[in-house]
Amino acid sequence: MEYGFTTAAYVVAAVLFILSLGGLSGQESAKRAVWYGIAGMALAVLATLMGPGSGLWLLSLILIAGGGVIGYQLATKVQMTQMPELVAAMHSLVGLAAVFVGYIAHIELNRVLGMMPTERAALEGFAALLAHKTPVEINILRVELFLGVFIGAVTFTGSVIAYGKLAGRVDSAAKKLPGGHMLNAGAAALSLLCLIWYFNSGSFFPLFLMTLAALFIGYHLITGIGGADMPVVVSMLNSYSGWAAAAIGFSLGNDLLIVVGALVGSSGAILSYIMCKAMNRSFVSVILGGFGGTSGPAMAVEGEQIAIDADGVATALNEADSVIIIPGYGMAVAQAQQAVSQLVTKLRAKGKTVRFAIHPVAGRLPGHMNVLLAEARVPYDIVMEMDEINEDFPDTDVAIVIGSNDIVNPAAQDDPNSPIAGMPVLEVWKAKQVFVSKRGQGTGYSGIENPLFYKDNTRMFYGDAKKSLEELLPKIE
Amino acid sequence: MKIGAPKETYQGEARVAMTPASAKDLQKLGHDCLIETNAGMAAGFTDDAYREAGVTVVDDAQTLFAGADIVAKVRPPSDDEVKLLREGQTLISFFYPGQNEALMNAANAQGATVIAMDMVPRISRAQKMDALSSMANIAGYRAVIEAGANFGRFFTGQVTAAGKVPPAKVLVVGAGVAGLAAIGTATSLGAITYAFDVRPEVAEQVESMGAEFVFLDFEGEQTDGSSTGGYASVSSPEFTAAQLKKFREIAPDMDIVITTALIPGRDAPELWTEDMVKSMKPGSVIVDLAAERGGNCKLTVKDEKIVTDNGVTIVGYTDFPSRMATQASLLYATNIRHMMTDLTPAKDGVVNHNMDDDVIRGATATHGGEVTFPPPKPKVAAIAAAPKKEKPKELTPEQRRSTEIAAFRKETQTQVGLIAVGAVILLAIGLVAPASFMQHFIVFVLSVFIGFQVIWGVAHSLHTPLMAVTNAISSIIILGALVQIGSGSFLVILLAALAVFMTGINIFGGFLVTRRMLAMFQKS
Repeated sequence: MEYGFTTAAYVVAAVLFILSLGGLSGQESAKRAVWYGIAGMALAVLATLMGPGSGLWLLSLILIAGGGVIGYQLATKVQMTQMPELVAAMHSLVGLAAVFVGYIAHIELNRVLGMMPTERAALEGFAALLAHKTPVEINILRVELFLGVFIGAVTFTGSVIAYGKLAGRVDSAAKKLPGGHMLNAGAAALSLLCLIWYFNSGSFFPLFLMTLAALFIGYHLITGIGGADMPVVVSMLNSYSGWAAAAIGFSLGNDLLIVVGALVGSSGAILSYIMCKAMNRSFVSVILGGFGGTSGPAMAVEGEQIAIDADGVATALNEADSVIIIPGYGMAVAQAQQAVSQLVTKLRAKGKTVRFAIHPVAGRLPGHMNVLLAEARVPYDIVMEMDEINEDFPDTDVAIVIGSNDIVNPAAQDDPNSPIAGMPVLEVWKAKQVFVSKRGQGTGYSGIENPLFYKDNTRMFYGDAKKSLEELLPKIE
Repeated sequence: MKIGAPKETYQGEARVAMTPASAKDLQKLGHDCLIETNAGMAAGFTDDAYREAGVTVVDDAQTLFAGADIVAKVRPPSDDEVKLLREGQTLISFFYPGQNEALMNAANAQGATVIAMDMVPRISRAQKMDALSSMANIAGYRAVIEAGANFGRFFTGQVTAAGKVPPAKVLVVGAGVAGLAAIGTATSLGAITYAFDVRPEVAEQVESMGAEFVFLDFEGEQTDGSSTGGYASVSSPEFTAAQLKKFREIAPDMDIVITTALIPGRDAPELWTEDMVKSMKPGSVIVDLAAERGGNCKLTVKDEKIVTDNGVTIVGYTDFPSRMATQASLLYATNIRHMMTDLTPAKDGVVNHNMDDDVIRGATATHGGEVTFPPPKPKVAAIAAAPKKEKPKELTPEQRRSTEIAAFRKETQTQVGLIAVGAVILLAIGLVAPASFMQHFIVFVLSVFIGFQVIWGVAHSLHTPLMAVTNAISSIIILGALVQIGSGSFLVILLAALAVFMTGINIFGGFLVTRRMLAMFQKS
């Protein structure tokens, strides 16, 4: 009877989770959707606490409450520019939890296997579940928990490194230990050997050895990926944390874990796919680091970057009827989103059409720019996706590029030898006038020259984005 | 260094090479400024305005030439002025060293350095000191105004109570700087504007200014301007014939014709022939901006306005910039100031005449007692040659249909293939794995499918909230820890407790931060 209740609760929770993800298709329904998720989670936890197999529920509640307090603190204090770090840090927790749960399953399995049949009958909880398994099932269980621990461990170190890079505590440049991908391949091969060993012996050592190898893979894989590819990395880790949960769900025979793990896993996989598509690179080439091969020397860029001051930009903005703003990671770094929002408010108050163009990989997290702009109270219906707005640039008076570089690089279309050739880009150079707010003359993360900066209709507005915009604001009248 | 601007001595010249505004900027570079009294009067700048800007006003040209290290002028110096130059002094002005060889030698004999503003190379870096362009811009504008003053009707079409007024039709020949300025002015006055240029690549610029480009029925190869630094070159006889034919065709329709066609170092080409003028309506106006070099129309009389027998006015003035002296002085003085900025890289008032600099080298006609004209070709090409574009082939409907069918077939094949492979793998697993595993496996596969369907619908702008919420719900792994926490040894309890604690952080953190983010998204 009790068991039936738990299963029923799980079914409801699973439906709620699906609705929760589905609701994110629109800004308004999303506000409702998050409550579905919360309700689903509460239901699942309560049902598990009341259902068979759980014990020490008081301790559990205290721990959840304790975690909740910390989680609350994190969630309310975090700045929107720090979202990428927070997401990465939270992935690492899921990964580590998956490793722990996998280890427990291993310990319990060995304990149960060492018992006499009479003792087994007296077992309760999780151990009792294990006691009923046939030898074939036990073998499958070993593979499942092994996989769960492997993915969990990769997710854990990978997320920790990703967090470090995003938070600026680890150098965000792509680095590799000598040996490069061979080290990763070696560690993966070692894990495979351990799997066979563990499958046959069931002893602790191969599991432990594999964990070390997996931790290394996670560390080394992400260290080799540079800062601008972080949207892919974070989505990928998101996906892994889901697959880890699914694998653990298999080993525990818990369908809700499997369902949710599969949902999260596929969500992360799709996000990674969208990000890769937006960079015109294959998933493998992003993960293995570095840009795809080039077939010849890049076109030489001729001309001069012409600077302009705030007065000049203000004059052009005062005369313009339509303006498109293209934000990038530089806006997040300079914390300039509030200044941008004020500028937009002022321009809109004068009856000008102001819109934002968002490239899918702008920023360090999928959808990062949208969140920053939303935080600064920019209405979401003037924030456009690349495909929605790219055709409007020729009819636009002024395009303002704030802290983005590769995503507005015309070389992606003009120069077949460019490392980013074929990448979809925002065609800002077709606007009548382009202003680029940029700290200096450098080439940015990818080191690719940007011919946009040399075009006749481009003027460079050098300086910190926030300061530049604040200088500009009083001049708009 | 001291920079001085004398009063222009050329008859009727109203411009001046220094304005109060440019003087202020020059002082920022560390220079002192001098001006001859009344030099700016004709352009609307009083001596008092100069004094206010910190400029020393001197009484005559002699004092000025004696006191200044650098003399800035508009027109080439007169013979008298050349004699005032001295060794080590620099003269900056329009100089046309190609046509004024004697003058150049005279200046060189005095030991002076001459920087010819008309020789500034046409590269992007030098645009800010390209005085020819600034003056051409004014000439183009003024040409339209001048035409309007001699034209008896409105530019713009109107429907009034007293009747309908047709809009004027304006043809601009030569879409250089002056031509584009004329096009811009004419369209903004409301005229229907047509434009022609031998360089087909400027058609886009012409259309962006609101005029219609006149295309010729000509099949042969047209030269593009990139090989000649953006200037036009001589056309083939066949091309010229096609061009004249087209002009003859449209001439009777045109109310105003503005010709600006010049080829560097040659007489102006004849584009508007006598018979075209004859075919125009009485009251029409031709403004010939090439009058200085013989004119694009042979009837043009330099510096004069004439009316032909059939009542067409032909304006042949050559002093359009001087007719807008205030504007022209402001722009020219700014060009000079930019030249000085490049000559004083350290902004310390010390001139560094760097002959390795393409721009400075190109503009220098004499330096250090030697004639340095003509300059070598600049290292940087002015305009990159436009790559020949190939038109994408138009597919016939049948071809399109067949490619569509092929694509559909291929898609079906891959899909069926994938399903078959997947089914085989599933069957293989099913043969080995126990029933309990397969039950879970079905759940897993279905969930992945649901996941893919649902996630594709998520709005791009909500990807960050999506990550946060999936993060929160991936903490569902807490269920595993909760199930395990009650059974077994201390180690198990410890590990499980840690797992519960961490996922607890995640659940609350993830959901709360998602809620916070979603609450921020607002409609306008």
